[in-house]
Amino acid sequence: MTEIAAESMRATHDWSSQAARRRVKRRYAADRRLQFYGIAAIGTAMALLAILFTSLIHAGIAAFTTTKVELAIFLDPTQIDREKPAEANYRKLVRGAFKAYFPDVTGRSQERELYKILSNGADYIVRDYVVANTDKIGQTVKLLVPVSDPFDQLYKRIIPRQIDALSNDRIILFEALKQQGVLSVVDGSGVAKTTVYIDPSKVPLEGGLEAADYDAMVKEGLRSLFLNEYSRSYEEIISDAAAGNLKALVASDPSLVGKTIDVELPLAANYDNLLLAGQATMRNPRFSSDDEFAWFDSLEERGLIANPFTWELFFNADSRFPELAGLMGALSGSFLALLVCFLLSFPIGIATAVYLEEFAPKNRITDIIEVNINNLAAVPSVVFGLLGLALFLNTFGMPRSAPLVGGMVLALMTLPTIIVATRAALKAVPPSIREAALGVGASKQQVTMHHVLPLAMPGILTGTIIGLAQALGETAPLLLIGMNAFIPSVENIGLTQPAMALPTQIFSWADSPERGFVSRTSAAILVLLGFLILMNLIAVYLRSKLERKW
Amino acid sequence: MLSYLLLALLVLTIAAYYAGLAKARSFAAATGPHKSHHSLAGYHGAFVAAWAGIPSFLLVVLWLLFQGPVVDQLLIASLPVERIQNLDAGQLNLLVSEIKSVAKGNIFGEPDEVVLAAAERYNSWNAIASWAMVASVLSLTVVALFVARSMLAPRFRARNHVESITTILMITCSLIAILTTVGIVTSLLYETMRFFSMVSPLEFFFGLNWEPQIAMRDDQVTAGGAFGAIPVYIGTLLIALIAMMVATPIGLYSAIYLTEYASDRLRAVVKPLLEILAGIPTVVYGFFAVLTVAPAMREFGELLGFSIAPNSALAAGGVMGIMLIPFISSLSDDALNAVPQSLRDGSYGLGATKGETITRVLLPAALPGIMGGILLAVSRAIGETMIVVMAAGIIAALTLNPFEPVTTVTVQIVTLLIGDTEFDNPKTLAAFALGLVLFIATLVLNVIALTIVRRYREQYD
Repeated sequence: MTEIAAESMRATHDWSSQAARRRVKRRYAADRRLQFYGIAAIGTAMALLAILFTSLIHAGIAAFTTTKVELAIFLDPTQIDREKPAEANYRKLVRGAFKAYFPDVTGRSQERELYKILSNGADYIVRDYVVANTDKIGQTVKLLVPVSDPFDQLYKRIIPRQIDALSNDRIILFEALKQQGVLSVVDGSGVAKTTVYIDPSKVPLEGGLEAADYDAMVKEGLRSLFLNEYSRSYEEIISDAAAGNLKALVASDPSLVGKTIDVELPLAANYDNLLLAGQATMRNPRFSSDDEFAWFDSLEERGLIANPFTWELFFNADSRFPELAGLMGALSGSFLALLVCFLLSFPIGIATAVYLEEFAPKNRITDIIEVNINNLAAVPSVVFGLLGLALFLNTFGMPRSAPLVGGMVLALMTLPTIIVATRAALKAVPPSIREAALGVGASKQQVTMHHVLPLAMPGILTGTIIGLAQALGETAPLLLIGMNAFIPSVENIGLTQPAMALPTQIFSWADSPERGFVSRTSAAILVLLGFLILMNLIAVYLRSKLERKW
Repeated sequence: MLSYLLLALLVLTIAAYYAGLAKARSFAAATGPHKSHHSLAGYHGAFVAAWAGIPSFLLVVLWLLFQGPVVDQLLIASLPVERIQNLDAGQLNLLVSEIKSVAKGNIFGEPDEVVLAAAERYNSWNAIASWAMVASVLSLTVVALFVARSMLAPRFRARNHVESITTILMITCSLIAILTTVGIVTSLLYETMRFFSMVSPLEFFFGLNWEPQIAMRDDQVTAGGAFGAIPVYIGTLLIALIAMMVATPIGLYSAIYLTEYASDRLRAVVKPLLEILAGIPTVVYGFFAVLTVAPAMREFGELLGFSIAPNSALAAGGVMGIMLIPFISSLSDDALNAVPQSLRDGSYGLGATKGETITRVLLPAALPGIMGGILLAVSRAIGETMIVVMAAGIIAALTLNPFEPVTTVTVQIVTLLIGDTEFDNPKTLAAFALGLVLFIATLVLNVIALTIVRRYREQYD
């Protein structure tokens, strides 16, 4: 019976029929589709990685150089005391030297604008130079001092001199009015045609036509152009002169009062430019006058502007001025925190792993410990920050913002990584090693300490470096214990001194409003990524060179 | 002072080692090598060093932990009663910190006499405590050194003693993992209880209004602050959902392609590149979201004619999704690889195409592992902090619109605690309540995920 059924099915199935071929085709198409999805997914991931790195490099590369201006400063011995060189008025010296380039600049307000080209830190740079080279007092020295952030950005072509004066929705509004045919050019300037009702109620009894509220009439007229979409801010499209024009018109013909008339209201300057020239631009508000551009251009023409590699990015302390801000505080804070983290997590992690892997009896307590370690690895980092804040800072009264506390919190977070890596490395050591050592009479601890642990060390070190690399990038717990202190000098570096770490520095720079901090932030990120890549390369090297395959 | 003390302790410990070593060598010289003494000379040294070093070091740690609180208590007890009887806890804290800052030499304005006198007392007590620590630690070290050294004898089982000390040390170290968990749970619970004594749990769990500002003046409108955390949870889930919608398809399809279709060469290139995504610190992703993704989205939205907020849930969630891609792809990779080859062979034997084998055989078989991976990624997403702190909003809006800014649990924790550490108002304590919720949520997700993964892996082993 079943044989017959199978027989008949086999007989009815024609593999070469149209339908069967179509089905096979469809099945292979589905297969190719799945492959395509896979390639598309990988392509998307790779593209996102590429975009991430390109945008960071693109934004960050500029911060590795600083625009500087060469000053020829006469270190006047009458002004600088050789005994106390730090106390002279360097601001005056620097400004005097800079002013000498522009003999035709006069007047206080012009001078003030001129000095805006120089960075606020120029005085200190000259002071530090003089303190280090007291023998140069009395000579004229040529020094490169940084220019202020807007000019740095300008020289690097990051910000433009002119920006669009009108926002996008204003331009859309303008285009809509143009479509309606409201706008036209009369006598070389743009006007908006509209109707205005010369409202008798707006002409006061006292004062008459002179005191009438023409401004309100113009606005009423404008309202008719936009109907229900009207917003007060649209009034800026009409020049302030419109009311005056209307007044003059009514004064010349008082019979207009009470009538609705067609008028041509002059456009405001930006809209006028937009109508006549097709674009409306204004000076970038970061610069206070066009003279500044001229002065800067003349410096550039005279070859006084340079854009050298900026070691200050690495060796300066933090600053409110982007052109002066450096990473020294962050680098030292991160180094100290990682040092504490390493000193705590490395021995504790190894001891825990060795105990659990080699000595611990299998019982409930060791089970609990293992589950605990697995769970700790998954606890969100911000919770470790809460622990640090509540326990280390509040209960134990440890100093806020200190690398010591940061390192302790990071150590707790790094422990699971090191423990897991160490256990894997210990597991990889073959039992024959242990048995041989036991066979020649070593105690169990001697077996572990003298034979197993040294053989597992490359694996342990690899895991430790990867754990430290993770700790280097951790931000949230450090924020909670306050390791984002603003430290404008690098003199007080210590385990219990307030400090900054590299990732928290990135966070606080990213929050700063100055444009220059965008590239500083990206540059700091590139430095951080550089360290991470270096650490991972060391880990890969250790793994490939030292780890033995059994 | 402390570093010198620790240095002295280190020197003494090394000296103790050599003292033990020398004594043990003198036995060996007296009795001849390998004759009658039990342990190698090094173990005798290590024994003395351990006794000299470890108890003293523990004493230093304990002293440092408790000196501050004890001196604070003494300080408060020494203040004149009429000065402090009308102060609440916060004002008392303020007074104590004023005294401390005066004691450090930071005098602003004209502190009153009580404060000046207290600061003087504070300084002198601290000095006494420090010197007492040095004296007691050093004397403990020296006494322990000599006692331990006097115990050495040819038949003394130094190795066994040292080994049991090592074992105790190792057990102590492995207890640190438990202590950390206990520390997290107790500190979160304690602060949360204090929070719930000020704000009703009902409001916190079911309230729809989250405005944790506290009053600067008594007559301010927002005086009490509102602590209904539902909008915060909704925002967290919305961002996590967006992140998973980005990460799951990309991660899963990448894993399918890499395990089943890709050549070894391609796999060798792509897998490490995906791992790079996992190694990038989250603060970098946050900045990427602010610098590139959010402006790009806003322009795209403008192009289509609707507005996307600069700190929209979409930007934060999308970038978080990028971060989670390698997470999902590597866990799915593991799950797919764990499916035995025999299942593949059986499917091919029946005439299935590769695609059919994957969708009808491998994916169902690997589903528990993949689900576990997705749950782990969700737990990552709700615990992720820096991306949302930088790219998501602060205002808690009750919305599911991905183009609007929303806030998350982690954002609130960070914003509530940055720069403000007075622990007496519901605003800072609310951060701990949120932290507890976050801790429990991630813990539950992880336990479920690991259970699923473990239970179904056994089927094939």
